[in-house]
Parts: sequence; structure tokens; C-alpha cells
Amino acid sequence: MEFAELIKTPRVDGVVLHRPFLPTVEGTLCLTGHHLILSSRQDNTEELWLLHSNIDSIEKRFVGSLGSIIVKCKDLRVIQLDIPGMEECLNIASSIEALSTLDSVSLMYPFFYRPMFEVIEDGWNSFLPEDAFKDLESMTDEWRLSEVNKDFSVCPSYPPLVAVPKDIDDETLRKVATFRHGGRFPVLSYYHKKNGMVMMRAGQPLTGTNGRRCKEDEKLINATLRPGKRGYIIDTRTINVAQQAKARGGGIESEANYPQWRRIHKAIERSNVLQESLIKLVEACNDQSHNMDRWLSKLEASNWQTHVKEILTTACLAAQCIDREGASVLVHGTEGTDTTLQVTSLAQIILDPSCRTIRGFQGLVEREWLQAGHPFQQRCAQSAYSNSKPRQEAPVFLLFLDCVWQILRQFPCSFEFSESYLVLLFEHAYASQFGTFLGNSAAERAKLSLPEKTVSLWSWVNRHQEIERLTNPLFEANSLVIWPSVAPQSLLLWEGVFLRWNRSSKCLDEAYEEMVHIIEYNKELQNKVNSLRRQLAQLETEDPLLQTP
Amino acid sequence: MCLQVEQVRLLDRFSNKSTNGTLYLTATHLIFVESSSNNLTSILHHHIASVEKLSLTTTGCPLVIQCRNFRVVHFVVQRERDCHDIYSSLLRLLRPVSYEELYAFSYNPKQNDQQREEGWQLIDLGAEFERMGVPCDQWQLTDVNRDYKVCETYPRDLYVPITASKPIIVGSSKFRSKGRFPVLTYFYQEKKAAVCRCSQPLSGFSARCLEDESMLQAISKANHNSRFVYVMDTRPKLNALANRAAGKGYENEDNYSNIRFQFVGIENIHVMRTSLQKLLEVIGTRSLSMGDYLEGLESSGWLRHIKAIVDAAIFLAKAVTVEGASVLVHCSDGWDRTAQVCSLGALLMDPYYRTIKGFMVLIEKDWISFGHKFADRCDQLDGDPKEVSPIFTQFLECVWQLSEQFPQAFEFSEWFLLQIHEHVHSCQYGNFLGNNQRQREELQLRERTHSLWAYLLSEKQNYLNPFYSPAYCEAHPVLEPSTLPYHFKFWRNMYHQFDRSMHPRQSILKTILTLRENSHKAESTLQALENVSEHLNLLFHTFGLFPKEGQYVQGQDDEDEQDEVGEEAVESTDMERTVEGSSGTESRKQSYGELEGTYNNELAKEEPAVVSLEFGVARMTC
Repeated sequence: MEFAELIKTPRVDGVVLHRPFLPTVEGTLCLTGHHLILSSRQDNTEELWLLHSNIDSIEKRFVGSLGSIIVKCKDLRVIQLDIPGMEECLNIASSIEALSTLDSVSLMYPFFYRPMFEVIEDGWNSFLPEDAFKDLESMTDEWRLSEVNKDFSVCPSYPPLVAVPKDIDDETLRKVATFRHGGRFPVLSYYHKKNGMVMMRAGQPLTGTNGRRCKEDEKLINATLRPGKRGYIIDTRTINVAQQAKARGGGIESEANYPQWRRIHKAIERSNVLQESLIKLVEACNDQSHNMDRWLSKLEASNWQTHVKEILTTACLAAQCIDREGASVLVHGTEGTDTTLQVTSLAQIILDPSCRTIRGFQGLVEREWLQAGHPFQQRCAQSAYSNSKPRQEAPVFLLFLDCVWQILRQFPCSFEFSESYLVLLFEHAYASQFGTFLGNSAAERAKLSLPEKTVSLWSWVNRHQEIERLTNPLFEANSLVIWPSVAPQSLLLWEGVFLRWNRSSKCLDEAYEEMVHIIEYNKELQNKVNSLRRQLAQLETEDPLLQTP
Repeated sequence: MCLQVEQVRLLDRFSNKSTNGTLYLTATHLIFVESSSNNLTSILHHHIASVEKLSLTTTGCPLVIQCRNFRVVHFVVQRERDCHDIYSSLLRLLRPVSYEELYAFSYNPKQNDQQREEGWQLIDLGAEFERMGVPCDQWQLTDVNRDYKVCETYPRDLYVPITASKPIIVGSSKFRSKGRFPVLTYFYQEKKAAVCRCSQPLSGFSARCLEDESMLQAISKANHNSRFVYVMDTRPKLNALANRAAGKGYENEDNYSNIRFQFVGIENIHVMRTSLQKLLEVIGTRSLSMGDYLEGLESSGWLRHIKAIVDAAIFLAKAVTVEGASVLVHCSDGWDRTAQVCSLGALLMDPYYRTIKGFMVLIEKDWISFGHKFADRCDQLDGDPKEVSPIFTQFLECVWQLSEQFPQAFEFSEWFLLQIHEHVHSCQYGNFLGNNQRQREELQLRERTHSLWAYLLSEKQNYLNPFYSPAYCEAHPVLEPSTLPYHFKFWRNMYHQFDRSMHPRQSILKTILTLRENSHKAESTLQALENVSEHLNLLFHTFGLFPKEGQYVQGQDDEDEQDEVGEEAVESTDMERTVEGSSGTESRKQSYGELEGTYNNELAKEEPAVVSLEFGVARMTC
């Protein structure tokens, strides 16, 4: 298919762009295969370059022959384009609609994008499982890297290499895979160096209504326990939901078969409920006509903050089991690709200081989201403005980022990155020139040959300029476990995402600049003082006159 | 009198944690000393709003104490008799019947009389009106209230239009509730527009008063920029209508020429009191769910009220600065909502009020001198509980909400607001005692107590907002805040100031303040080092000694130097508050201290620069 077929009117002059808090721009609108471009063709005004894949939905309005298209983006921005001429407007609108809803992955922009920067380090090779395993090997010899899934046949959503207990052979793994949802047998998620406890994740056990049992499964997870110790199974579903899952072949680990494990049920919502929550929240944030009561009641009704609180609470629980109770933990929900990953990745943010660095956070997203098989393409296909009925869409990853932001707010000096890093990941998960978030699993990414055909987001981020932009000036390494408060009074609405386009951030930005200035000035002074002092010390030792009193 | 009870447990309000210790009851404080750490929790009796003895449990007798600074403590006393002793003593202590019993009269911060007097002279309202440009050709000082004869609750010095003669003033005062006739409170020099305040007119259904009409006419005439005066009735229309039946009410536009009348709908003290009670109830719930929290926040109406006040202040500021019109503000008695709106409006218009000194002046002017009834509203003496209301707390919160939107516009940080709030209720300083100036003079507060402002100014550096930018204020003298609902947030650091588990574990404010302090010290160190360096060079020249090549290498390995900072580092003297007496300060101080452990220690440290330097200089000069 040629993009040209979809572009009925490639160019319109005299188009006026309206954006909140920014001056309007008049210029020429151009449609290309992947971008909507508006340029005033004057030197000092910025051009609008909008990826079609960033467009969530559009609305058309007509007043006489002047048409307006309201473009609602996945990053939650809303812009308006006034287009002279009814026909042009209709053509542009239908082209945008077609181009923003392309079905085929291989037509996506990352396959066409050529980087304008020098790739110093190929992000596709930055976080290989074998490298992560080398770190683990330096701490413990109780685990091995299994190739049982190297052709993705045992578990289609797992990567080719996974870490499993050393004493469990591949044959056992194959059997366990048949007992776990989606073949997701328990694998290592995190090793807590401090006390050697581990966090594992899996899909739900397929016990069904007649209480099927799998000795190999029991053997596998018991192999992670120290003699005489008990572990915790954190099921992200309520007990009712988990019981109901039995009728569809799923289920829970029974006490009888897993006597060394204590099961805890939490209530993290998933799929459609989350998508609706996001839609309601964004609607509330965008409606400027609300009075105080209506705003608070809409915020409450969206339930978004409730989800944030539930996820954080569960992550704290997992971290507490590991760090405070000294117990190993197995986390799962139903499929083990959504709520499970929210919990395991946030627990690591809490426990492991290396996850709070720019690079460490990338590693976490790679391990616990991309390689762990979170179906990004399905989940992030639509955002808050979609008119179509949600199928697989759900802001699971956005909720995770929101939770990280909450912890960052409470520990503003313990993260190497600033809020803008989280916003950047949100944007790129939904629409990007990079291939990182394409596909739903390692298997799909391999099939699409993404590492060969597209550029990795990490290649771009891990350059000096970008790192500098994303660095938190307050950062000072903190090797401690950081326990966030999950009281509702401590959790805030993430304004940087949800009110980003609805408020002027000028005052806040200027204050931030001032803060950076204070920090840099202090560093500069300390350096000067130290270098002067050193010179003086040297002079004193050199000078014989000064040495004899 | 001092009561001591051993083996008392202090329960954490929101978790299941508890600590054991000893409880002491002194003449002024209730003190809990943790046995394991010797940590002190000290509560001033005046801060205690209520004491409740719950029914006996297997572990002991629970005692719940609620404080006006939003601290809630829950003790469990092992023996019921001890508990009863504390309970009944507290009940006696926390209801003082005369002003003489208040802490301010016994508090002695080791100052001599001269220092104390200087403290009281810090704020001079005459000078403040001069700063605004008053008296001028249109406004003058009147001595009509020199002896508090016209209005008991106003200050002695009042500013009125030149054309308002004494008979007009006196006539107008008779037509206003409590004699509170229209007077000037702020003058916007740029447009010669005035903000005036008063109480409601005694208009009933049809009464009118020619002098009062002349008074408003005089205010209007004093401003050539506008043909009319706004009259802002800060009450909801319904309340104003109801007042008419009692012979009070609001201005009839037909009787007053050139006025524009406007209701702005701020609720009365009773609604505000109930609203705060509801809010505190909600946020005091253990294991509160997000849904219940947000729903409670909404149903308490608290943020709605805060927004209403800010909206009114914006209306006032716009009328004055944009239209150049004068505005007369009133409510019922003109000492609650009127104080809120006038002071907040002036704060929006005038950057001076956003400085530490200016904010004190603003409170002194619009709240203390114009007779906001602090004694009644803050329940200083055992009085009518229906008179108690968080009107001043709301004002402080409005300022905080604004500072969140304009982080560079205020010289002070939220710690300043919290500290003021603390002492409005502590009765430790004389400033807020009593209901009006006349009463304060009778109590001889200036002679017998100390001024809070002197104390706050003496530790000004603790309250500075590191992001404050005078340049910003010059470029944006008038603040134009947005009042979209999502700009109003729950002020956790006020209402949960003692619930540390809810606070961020690291504070940006504190980190940056420490950094700034370190920079100041480094600046002087650098200066001293440079002097020494110069001195040394001189020596080299005199004795013909030159350092070897390569010794003056600039820009040495950065990392190395960073390490050095760490090695030599010592704890910096901290900018924490030191106050005797006030319990809140003590524990806030404690909490900031504890924060330090978790936030980055590197930044909090700095080199013992001056000491080693002096040593160097001494060696060289001998």
C-alpha cells in the first residue's frame, strides 16, 4: 500500500493552529505518510510536527466554509486546526483518520525513521538477559539461565532466556509451563542482595474447578525457599475474582499443595476498568467549567488515584515481605503480563537503588516490561480520547509510571532522573519514532526484526545531551530501601501528565531553573574552594620558610 | 505543680506503632519523654483544644488529646487513677478564664526591656500608610477615634477621604454594625484607587442614612480614575437578605449614587467551623481509602470555601488594578470575611506584602489592628464555642495556595505560615491576644509580653523561600492566579504537620536551603582563601621563592575534589528553629532534624573552612 493513496490533499495554505497557552500560528499544513506538519515558513516560529500514530481521535466542525479539525493526541494534548475550504477540511480529516489507524505494524514510522544523530551505543544490545544474569551470578550460584524457551515454544510471551532455580531442569520447566496461564512458569524477577531473598513472577496456576495439581510447579517454587522458611504468594486479584477464574481453567495455589506458602490477595484492577478510569480522569481534567465540588467528585469517580494507591500498596507489600520479613515472594495475577509487572517493577524501585538511576530504570523497563511480555502494542493502541470501544487497551504502563512519580515526589533526591524522563517514556510507549515499544512480546519483536530495522529509544536517550536533560539535579545516591507513604493524603494527581496541557507551567519552570542554578552555583563554589585549598596546602609543604616556625 | 506518670504509651495515629515513656504535666506544658530515645513531645496547654478519656481497655486507660495546631496524640496510661489525674488537671488548665493566665504573661525569652520594646516597635502602621502614599491630597488621618469613642473595635488611627467631615464619619458609624464605618485599608498609588472596609449598613428593609451615603460619595470622589465605587458584600446574598429582618442588611443601589454592588458569597464563621471539623474528621480516619478521602474532601466543602475567598480577592485586585476603581468591602461585622478579602487582595496587588516583613505588616494591619477577634476565634479564653472559627487559618491557606502557583513570588516559605499559625494559638506572644486594639492596650501587652514579629525576624533565614525572585516580582507586581479547581490542593503540611509518616521523606525546600547556606559559607571561605593566596604570593615575591611548575594547575580532577568534600565534611550548623516553649516548633524542629538522616547527607555537610584557614594565616604571619 502506498501512503499517497491515503493522502487526498497533501497541502493546504492558510491553516490556523490553536494550542492552549501558546500563540496561534498561521501557516501551511502538509500531510506526509507519518506526520502532520504545520509550518508558518517564518524563521523564528516553531513548526508543529505531529506523528499520525500520536493521534487518538479527531473531531470536525464547520462554520460556513471554514472547517475546524480538533486533534486529540495520545499524549493528552488537544489542538485545533482551522482549515479554509470545506473539501480540503474533509480530505485532511479523512486522511488523518486513515493514517492514524494503520493496522499493519510494518507500516509504522519506526520502520521508516532514520536517526539524525550518531548512535554511540546500540540500545538494542544494552540490556541483554545474559548480561543481567552475569550480575546475578556474582551474587549467588543458586540460579541458572535456561534456554528452554529459545524458540518461544514453551511460553510465547517470555524471552528466549529466563533465570530459574539451578536444580530445576528444562524438562520440569516444560511441565510447569503447561500448568501456568500462557505457559508463564515462575521465573526470577529480582534477587535481593541484602538477604538473598527473591521475587518471582508467573501466570496463574491452571487448577480449574477440580483442583488440578502439578508437583513440578510446587517443586520449582519450593526450590527458592531456604530450609524451614516460608514464602508469600501475592495474588493481585481479590479472592473472589481468583475463585471465579477456576471456572475458566485458572485458579490459585491451594494451602494443601503449597503448605510452605502464604497467599495474600490484593485488588488491582485491570484492562477495561483502567481504560475507562483514564478516560474519565482526562475528561475531568479537561473540563474547565467545573466548580470545586464537581471537580473533586469527578476526580473521585474516575478512580484513577484509587488504582495508584492499590498498586503502590501491593508493591510495598511485596517489598516488605522480602526486605522486612526476609521471605521470598511469588507474584501473579491472571496472565501475569499486567498487574504482576506493575508490582514486581515497583517493588524493585523501592528495594534496589540501581533501578533509580537513568540507566537502571531502562534496565528495569526492559526486564520487567518489554522482555517480560507486557503487550505494549495492544495496551497502548489508544489513549484517553478514543471513540472506539476498547479492546485490549489499558493504561497499565502509565499507571506504573504514575506510581514511580509518586515515589519520586516523596524521595526527590533519591532518583537520578527527573519527572521529564517518566513523561518521555509515557509519550514513547504510545507513539514513537523508535521501535522499542512496538510488538507485544520478545517473540513478536524478533519476528519483526526490530533490532535490525528500527532504532532503539535507548540509543537516543543514552546520549550526553538527553541524559543531561533528564537528570535530576537534586540526585544524591541513596543506597537505602525507600518506603513511600500510600496514605491518600500523600498521593497527588500527576499534573505533569494530566494537567500538562491545561495549565501554564511557566512559573513552575522558572522556579525549577532557579533551583538548578542554586545547585550548580554551589557545586562551582565548592570546587573552587577545594582547588584553592589544595594549592595552598601544596605551597605550604613546598616552602621551607613556612615549615620552620 | 508538676505531675509525673511513668509507663505511658504514645500510639501512632495512623499505624500500629507505639512508644513507651514518661508523661510530665507542668504549669505550661504536657511533656512526653520516650524512654528508649529521650525524644520529647511537648504540648503547650494553650494548644490543646480537647481532651477525651476513653473507656478502660486491657492495656490501660486511653487519653486522646486534640490540638489547635492539628496535632492529635493518643496516650495509653497504665493505671486509671493516673489517667484521671492527668485528665482532670488538663481540663482545669486548658480553660483559662482571664488573660493573665495566658502563657505570654509568664513567658520570658531572656530579653531585657529595651529589646522587648524594640520588638514591639518593629511594625509601624503609620509608616505603612506612608509607604502607600497616605496621607495625600485625597486621604487624611482622622483623630475621630483617638479615644475609641466612635468605634471600640477599630484602631485609634484611621484614614478617611479629605472630604469626609467628622459629622459624616460619626453619622456613618451610627448606621454601621458595631460602628465600623468605611475607612481606608489599602491605597493603590498607581491608580489612586482605594480599598476601604466597613461592616454592614443598618439598612433593614428601607432605612437610609445621608451621612453614610455622603461617606461613600466621598470615597468615590477621592478617586478621579473611576466614576463609581464597587461595594463588595462578601456574604452570600441569602445571608445578607436575612440580616435585613434584624435591621441590618446591605446597600441599596438606588440610595447611593455611583456604587456598583456585588455579592461574592463567602460563607459565615459557623459554616467554616463545621467545614474544618468535617475535613479533620475525614483525614483523621485510619486506613482511609482514596475514594473516602476525595469524597470527604468534597463534602467538607473546605477547598470550595478557600476558592471562594481567593475568587473574591481576585475580584478586588482586578477592580483596583485593572479598572482603577475604589472598592468598599464588608461582610456582617467586617472583621472576618472582610479581613480575609482585603488582606488577600492587597497581597495580590502589592509585592511588598509577599515579603517577610511586609506579610507581618499586612497581618498587623488588616487582622490585628482592624479587630479580627483572635481571642474569640482562636478560643484563647474559655468562651463561647460558637465564636470559634478558622478564619485566619483560611487566610494562611489561601496564601499557601497562591505560593504553590507562584513559587517565585514570595520571600517566605510555608514554614513561615506554619510558624505564624502555631503562635496565633500558642498565646506565647502578645500580638494576637485579645479581640481588638483597645483591649490590648488595657492588657498592657506591649509592656508585659513579647512580640512574635521580633522573634520571627531574628530567625528570618529559617523562613526564606530559596526560589524567591525580586526580579520576578518587579516584572509581575500583580499576581493573576488561576482559580480552576485543580489549582487548589489539600494542604498536607498544615493539617498533617505532626503526622510525619505522611510527608515526603526528603524535602526539596530543606535541601535547597541548606545548599544556599553552604554557598554563602563557601563564598566567604573563598574570599579568605584568596586573601591567603595573595599573601603567600607576596611572600614568594619578597623572598624570591616561586612554586614549581605545574603547581598552579587549575581545574583539577573534579571527582577527587568531591571526595574531599565528603572526607572533611562535618555537620553544618543547621537552620532549624530554636524556641523555648512552643511545642509545635519543637516537634517540627525534630521532624526536620530526622529528615536529615534520610536526605542526602553530602549536601548537608560542608567543610570546616574557616578554622583551618586561620591556622594557616597565623602560621604565616608569625
